[in-house]
Amino acid sequence: MANLDREPSRRTAPPPSLAPGHTYGSVTSKISSLVLLRPYNWRWAVGMGIGTSLVILLGVAVFQLLSLGVGIWGVNVPVMWGFAIINFVWWIGIGHAGTLISAILLLLKQEWRTSINRFAEAMTLFAVACAGVFPLLHMGRPWKFYWLLPYPNTMALLPQWRSPLVWDVFAVSTYATVSLLFWYVGLIPDLATLRDRAKSRYAQLVYGSLALGWRGSARHWARYKSAYVLLAGLATPLVVSVHSVVAFDFAAAIIPGWHTTIFPPYFVAGAIFSGFAMVLTLCIPLRAAFDLRDFITDWHLDNMAKVILATGMIVGYGYGIEAFIAWYSGNPFEQFMLLGKGRPFGPYSYAYYAMLTCNILIPQFLWIPAIRRNPVVLWVISILVNVGMWLERYVIVVTSLSQDFLPSSWAMYSGTFWDWATYIGTLGLFTFLLFLFIRFLPVIAIAEMRELVHESHERSGQGHGHSGAEAHGETR
Amino acid sequence: MNLSKDDVDKPLTLSELMRGARSGSETESQGPRYWRSLSELADDGSFTDEVAQAVAGVRGAIEGLDDASRRRFMKLMGASFALAGVAGCSVQPVEKIVPYVEQPESIVPGKAMYFATASALGGDGVGLLVESQMGRPIKIEGNPTHPASQGATDVFAQAEILSLYDPDRSQIVMRDGRANTWEQFLSFAIDLREKQKTVKGAGLRILTRTVTSPTLADQIRRLFKELPEARWHSYEPVNLDNVRKGAELAFGEPLEPLCDFAKADVVVTLDADFLASGPGRLRHARAFADRRAAGAVEGADAQAMNRLYAIESTPTLTGAMADHRLPLAARDVAHAAAAIARALKVDGAPETDPKRIEKQAAWIAALAADLEGRRGKSLIVAGESQPAEVHALAFAINAALGNVGETLNFFPPLQKGPTDQIGSLVELVRDIEKGAVDTLVILGANPVYETPADLKFADALKSPKIKTRVHLGLYDDETAAQCNWHLPEAHFLESWGDVRAFDGAATIQQPLIAPLYKGKTANDVIAALLGQGDLPGLEIVRSYWKDRLPAETFEEAWRTALRDGVVAEPADAVVKPKPPAAAKLDRVKLADGPADGLEIVFRPDPTIWDGRYANNGWLQELPKPMTTLTWENAALVSPALAKRLGLENNQIVGLEFRSTLVEAPVWITPGQADDSVTVHLGYGRVKAGRVGTGIGFNAYQLRRSDALWFSDGLKLSPTSRSHTLAITQHHHDMAGRDVVRSSTVGAFHDKLAHGSEHEEKHGAHHHGLSLYPDPPVPQSEDYAWAMAIDLNRCIGCGACTIACQAENNIPIVGRDQVLNSREMHWIRIDRYYEGEDTSNPSTYFQPVPCMHCEKAPCELVCPVEATTHSQEGLNEMTYNRCVGTRYCGNNCPYKVRRFNYLQYGDQTTPSLKLLNNPDVTLRMRGVMEKCTYCVQRINEARINAQMEDRKIGGDEVTTACQGACPTRAIVFGNKADAESSVAKARNSPRNYGLLAELGTLPRTTYLSRLSNPNPDAAEQKAENPVEPRHG
Repeated sequence: MANLDREPSRRTAPPPSLAPGHTYGSVTSKISSLVLLRPYNWRWAVGMGIGTSLVILLGVAVFQLLSLGVGIWGVNVPVMWGFAIINFVWWIGIGHAGTLISAILLLLKQEWRTSINRFAEAMTLFAVACAGVFPLLHMGRPWKFYWLLPYPNTMALLPQWRSPLVWDVFAVSTYATVSLLFWYVGLIPDLATLRDRAKSRYAQLVYGSLALGWRGSARHWARYKSAYVLLAGLATPLVVSVHSVVAFDFAAAIIPGWHTTIFPPYFVAGAIFSGFAMVLTLCIPLRAAFDLRDFITDWHLDNMAKVILATGMIVGYGYGIEAFIAWYSGNPFEQFMLLGKGRPFGPYSYAYYAMLTCNILIPQFLWIPAIRRNPVVLWVISILVNVGMWLERYVIVVTSLSQDFLPSSWAMYSGTFWDWATYIGTLGLFTFLLFLFIRFLPVIAIAEMRELVHESHERSGQGHGHSGAEAHGETR
Repeated sequence: MNLSKDDVDKPLTLSELMRGARSGSETESQGPRYWRSLSELADDGSFTDEVAQAVAGVRGAIEGLDDASRRRFMKLMGASFALAGVAGCSVQPVEKIVPYVEQPESIVPGKAMYFATASALGGDGVGLLVESQMGRPIKIEGNPTHPASQGATDVFAQAEILSLYDPDRSQIVMRDGRANTWEQFLSFAIDLREKQKTVKGAGLRILTRTVTSPTLADQIRRLFKELPEARWHSYEPVNLDNVRKGAELAFGEPLEPLCDFAKADVVVTLDADFLASGPGRLRHARAFADRRAAGAVEGADAQAMNRLYAIESTPTLTGAMADHRLPLAARDVAHAAAAIARALKVDGAPETDPKRIEKQAAWIAALAADLEGRRGKSLIVAGESQPAEVHALAFAINAALGNVGETLNFFPPLQKGPTDQIGSLVELVRDIEKGAVDTLVILGANPVYETPADLKFADALKSPKIKTRVHLGLYDDETAAQCNWHLPEAHFLESWGDVRAFDGAATIQQPLIAPLYKGKTANDVIAALLGQGDLPGLEIVRSYWKDRLPAETFEEAWRTALRDGVVAEPADAVVKPKPPAAAKLDRVKLADGPADGLEIVFRPDPTIWDGRYANNGWLQELPKPMTTLTWENAALVSPALAKRLGLENNQIVGLEFRSTLVEAPVWITPGQADDSVTVHLGYGRVKAGRVGTGIGFNAYQLRRSDALWFSDGLKLSPTSRSHTLAITQHHHDMAGRDVVRSSTVGAFHDKLAHGSEHEEKHGAHHHGLSLYPDPPVPQSEDYAWAMAIDLNRCIGCGACTIACQAENNIPIVGRDQVLNSREMHWIRIDRYYEGEDTSNPSTYFQPVPCMHCEKAPCELVCPVEATTHSQEGLNEMTYNRCVGTRYCGNNCPYKVRRFNYLQYGDQTTPSLKLLNNPDVTLRMRGVMEKCTYCVQRINEARINAQMEDRKIGGDEVTTACQGACPTRAIVFGNKADAESSVAKARNSPRNYGLLAELGTLPRTTYLSRLSNPNPDAAEQKAENPVEPRHG
């Protein structure tokens, strides 16, 4: 950013990633007070209440599923995958923004990531947790899930390595592990801050043990920094690999509309697209509710909107290429699916056009800077993008399966009550975890914000604003 | 171990130890305490109740056995029975397995035995071989030596095995609604007999369905000798009255025709579905298909293939096979027949109303010209639903063409009892109303449900004049509920009996198992009335045949008859064809009803027939061939009528006929005659059992004794309600895809003659599609299993589906699950329409089992190796490895994989446990399943071959679908053996792989369908409506 700022520009001031006037102390107390001082309020209680109710719904749905079987869902023959796989891909995609923000933007030294990375990472974790529920539950015999893992057994059987589902197991579990580690390592200095500022004995104990003895020594910081960058390096390929592997679930099959080489890159772009949309969906109300406009500035929103616009266009390119290749290949099954009565003119065309509207048309408004900086409009667009990306997976999974090769076996699919209950239940699980997170952990990385204060002082030292000494109000 | 205190100090001897161990295991209180479930451990009494209930259920099932066989039965079934109703648990209870003290010579555990018997649907005997495993009949096959079967079966015969074990069958003798015993009935019968004797049987009436059993007929004859005033009435909802009346019109005596389709070059049907219904259907289907196939081999004369013209009001399997099909209202068929007769200058052919068949005149002219050229080699068949006049016309045309004695012979009626069944039923009802009936014995019929509504049989039966109503039936059904005595009937698989086939061949029905519910047969009831109540079923049948067969060789003949399934009757006892008198048509008058307006057409249901199979889940779930409808019936309307009235599929309409209103959902059926509305009988049962009660609508309520099959005057009033019908196929055209290949026989031979290349003869060039070399896959040198399905032979009857279901323990899923496309059939029959004209499209059937692809897409994607390839080319499914990701099912381009979305298999009902084939694993919920090529049969053949130190023969293994197929459309075998039928079939120029362009290299291949349109008609196409099928 510094380079950019120095260049002659029509913009007179650099866009602030932190509102002016903050000191180390103010940053720390503002963020940590959200956890330590802020009393329970009705807004949190309502949110938590909704989340918890939906988790209970999820519990009922899962109990019903385990006692009766996947037949309580709408899946049939030929559409043997339904909501479960749609939701799985959707949730996994949502998770991507977190990893992208925390890892790739860190490596690219994009400082605006600082104020959003913590909860973007948390969002990743929770989304992966929600995603992970589905492949397990959608199995006919979920209690045998471990047969997908390579473990020594008396049957002398390993998984069938050619199946993309096995790759999935590895991709998703690696992703979940690295995301958790990354998040936790990033949390350590802040946990120490909370430990030190906590008044209650229990909080001190809990935060203290979670802080793993962090004292903030230079050696700690050095180790911490290198570990964090290393983890970022590890996580970076995962951003690409996880959704590529998820795309293989489809691309490796021979079903028209699935069997496409464009799928991996276009799935990755779609994942980032939906992930950023979800970050916006969450952070716009969050910054309003907790008065975090100083940390999550309009400039952040603007940047995220640009990412959405860019990835949305990649997704649009993917749609275009799919259709083009269907035409160019001359494969009648592909043509039927992508150009004929499959997606555009078939029984699910409503979903197809709704998807195009949400994913291609709506994001075009983000070319307009005023819209990019209008939180309300942006929030609506981000929700529409999430809906659109859910529909994209619905279109891919359902249209292709419902009308594949032999017209005799074509049949329609629709989700049942239990399908929706499970989906909404995971939304509840996500909400539940998110509200726990907001309540008990700092939603913004305090340590990194302090760094930001430092950096902005260095910058401002050259021109205008506070002195460096003023900033050092407090060290923790 | 009751050791006294003193004993404790003494050292134990070995023998004492052993004795102690024995007594310890005998007295549970002192031995280790094993518990079967938590409730037993808690011992609150509920567990013992549960066991008691389970045992009571089992006892009910086996009480019919005499003492000795019960003991044997218990031994055989002990393990599975004793635990009925007890939940699975890791600690197994202590059980004793007692070996035979004297091993019965014939029973080898795991080895199937086959017994010959015959089914008797509508009195029409079809010879069967029934597979018995350890004393349980589990699978029905056709009897190759029986003329009506020739080794094949239809859906009804296949499904009888489920009816046998149906837990809803009547299980106890009832008198006035209270449980009673057979012994009580016997003493009642003796009283009745004495009472009736005094009045010479006046007032005694016996009502049966169609009876061809020589023994039963003889018993009734003997009974009537003693009680000359008694009367026998017979009524079957689907009967041959019209055929016999037609013969009477034409020849002056009620004869029954016997057709030989093998000799017929040109076949014309007048609303006749000879391939799927009526006596001799299996034989006819085989003969017809053989003639289809004869023209489809390389180098054959195209003339070798027969040509079928079908005139019909509602689409049938026969119409689907026709080269030329003419949809025509049922009321106009008589006019078409008369027009044919006149075109062929048959003496006395009546005038036709030219307006009725104006548009069809050219079609009929072309048909008549074709017939003219095939004198003595043609056949005109009229359906049993057409009135006597049409039959008379058909007989007269056949006679005029010189077909009688060639393709058609006449016999005196096979059926015993009154030959005018509906007349006999009307007479019975009138007599009841007059008060002339005091005792009505109903044997195996359900007249309260299945008689025409105008007779109000249910009301008649309530008549106070009738003192005693006796009902013998398989089910506690609508009639049973109104009778004083209800006697549970023994299924034919558990009782002695006999039946004649369509050509008169007699078969002894022998029991495969002792009656499960102490059932009795009609023979037993009549014997009771004869005062021979203690005579066992075997003796009744045997003593009849003792009189019929030469005494000196009787024992041998009897045993041969039981073994072969056909009684070798002495030459003089065999019925000979009866050359009829010259046909006269002077009494034939065409009815002149209105020429337009809606007509109602009644048809027996393609799967549950007249309603007797309503409680058979297999038949309920078998898609009806033309509509793919399951679990209910619908009012079939033509696309034109639907357009005119704005009807949509599933819309409920009111069908008002002679002031009776029945509501029915509509199904728009391409090929239906424009003004005909077809309803199928057999649904709307109110007391059929758990499966069949309360589904569909009751078409009998619209049926009238003078309008048994069709009539004008139907009023159809649409409603705004709808009822979603459970159909299994939602798309009916091939979407321009190369799914069913067809051609005309002429084009086929032309193409061969002009040396055009065989298309994908071996599918070999697909090997070049992949960029990658084939991975080294171990291949068996000896065996490469493959299947070929000849679409030119397949008539779409569905026997393969039911045979597969029976063989492979395939569960039914119920209507709700069918609505969500979850039916489990391993082999399904796809039905496609082709052609622009929805009023008369071409119809194709395609049975689709697993293709056993050499490069199977399903195997690649299974994460746990639950589906793998065998060295012999089988795509194998390992159920207990399957975790149920369903990826394989998604990736199967043929969608033949079936998933147990819920616990579909009934593993708790005791009687249904007996049904299961022990060679096939039962599947639990959450696993995938599919066609295995009957791998259990391959392995049985392998064991046999290994014991004899030889290879399995190329044609040695018969799959269940292949075995049942009436037309031999399915061949299976080892394609590595060049001499095998399947290898030869795969070499046919008609051979093609379904979706072979995907590179799956399917092992199941198809032989394309050929049609044989009339070339003259094809040329005239431009100016007349004759539609060559695939021209």
